[in-house]
Amino acid sequence: MHPSFIRVPLPIPQTIITRSVHLSAFNLYTAAVVLLIYALAFTGGFVIMSLELLGGRILAPYFGSSIYVWGSIITVFMLSLSLGYLLGGRWSVHRPSLIRFASIFVGGALLMYPLILVAEPIMEWIFARVEDPRFGSLLAASALFILPTVVLGMISPYSVRLLVKAVEQSGQVAGHLYFVSTLGSALGTLMTSFYLVLWFEINTILMLLTGALAFMFILAVLGHRKAPQLWADSTVGGQK
Amino acid sequence: MKRALCVVLLAVLPTPVLADTVLHKERSLYSNIVVKQHGSTICLLFSIRRDQRNQSCIDTDRPKRMVFVYTRMTLAGLLFVDDPKNILVVGLGGGTLPVAFTELFPHTHVDSIEIDPAVTEVARRFFGFRSGPRLEVHTQDARVWSRRAALKDKRYDLIILDAFNGEYIPEHLMTREFLTDIRSLLADGATLIANTFSVSDLYDHESVTYKDVFGSFINFKVPESGNRMIVVPGVELSDDEIDEKAEALNRQLAPYGVPIKRYARVMANQRGRKPDWKTDARILTDQYSPANLLQAN
Repeated sequence: MHPSFIRVPLPIPQTIITRSVHLSAFNLYTAAVVLLIYALAFTGGFVIMSLELLGGRILAPYFGSSIYVWGSIITVFMLSLSLGYLLGGRWSVHRPSLIRFASIFVGGALLMYPLILVAEPIMEWIFARVEDPRFGSLLAASALFILPTVVLGMISPYSVRLLVKAVEQSGQVAGHLYFVSTLGSALGTLMTSFYLVLWFEINTILMLLTGALAFMFILAVLGHRKAPQLWADSTVGGQK
Repeated sequence: MKRALCVVLLAVLPTPVLADTVLHKERSLYSNIVVKQHGSTICLLFSIRRDQRNQSCIDTDRPKRMVFVYTRMTLAGLLFVDDPKNILVVGLGGGTLPVAFTELFPHTHVDSIEIDPAVTEVARRFFGFRSGPRLEVHTQDARVWSRRAALKDKRYDLIILDAFNGEYIPEHLMTREFLTDIRSLLADGATLIANTFSVSDLYDHESVTYKDVFGSFINFKVPESGNRMIVVPGVELSDDEIDEKAEALNRQLAPYGVPIKRYARVMANQRGRKPDWKTDARILTDQYSPANLLQAN
């Protein structure tokens, strides 16, 4: 290949230029933020179910893997999520913003990470005091998973609030969000049970989940900070 | 016309192969339990799949005789045990092993751990199993039970691990942490015998995990069985001493169908053999124990 070829600037296709001129800054921002919020909801769904599956693994060394251990875990996750929905919905009423939404993720990450360090001593403490493995597992599941799961449960209602612009579309928006976050849950369940436990240690998976939450937090913060610039940047829209 | 159709149908339908009588069928909390009779043999099975494995069988004509090679292999661990006072059996099945121990050692006490109360009930109804002051059944997850037992400083002279019904493996009973708990329950000079998997990737992982916890062990395999017994002897015996012990046990174990002299020779020869598993396989821990996925490989 002739070396001069490299120096030739790539031609920008005409279609891209015309399209970006026609797209307003508002639409670009909206599209990016909508996508981001869906990605956040997806991650939330993924992390919740992955954590729930790991819960069974975490409790088994102390309380076995009997049906009541799973009963305890599912009960605790359902209760925590319901509480999270309530709190998330309540919180979304006051000046909803992307940065507040992002803080849910960092909160979830901060409450989940300590599991790596404190799960063992907490379970040991409960095991020494509660003879019945049914109530032992219920107590342990509560102690370990209520806090992070309540916070992660806040994601769904809050994301609905951020995306709904008019009452008429609220059902459709909620439907889309449930679709995306439950899809995330399905993938979180599948990946964890089929592959992640085969590849990694439980604590490594917990770190990965925490990392995913932190990463989404950073993306959301960036989205929030970019927003005013995008709004102010009128060069694209101004040429219209 | 109808009759002709019937004849054709009968000809086409596969004829059942020497029909087993199903005595009992039950979907319990943990598995599908089937009890079948074939001639004088009654078997307990833990699933209804085609490749199902007989878990525990009894020959009603000769109730003592062990139908399965792997239970006979388990009894061969007695080569390293002298008059055990306390025996722990994890996994009840039809109860043949715990019962044999109470028969063999009149002064012994057997703790049997079984997670599924339905299994205990089936053992009682169809296998003549009876618990009592010398033979206690604890309906609990073995992991929970062993942790409590360790806290209570319980000690056993012989421990049998036989908690796998072949269909689903309790992954928390495969880990280094569980085996460490079990090791702490061994009295001085006590022997451990574990019925383990001999095929699939799990063979390598299980071998390195036992090696890590117990050091060297006898890798006890016989051609007529698909099972592999891990035997951690409590005493060091020379080849001659093993043969001597086998000779002494021979008469006692004969009613159970245990060819102890042959087994003793196999075990003696196994010692000092190089591992036939991948020694760099990953150790199973509470953090990493995808036993069911590994078995599928």
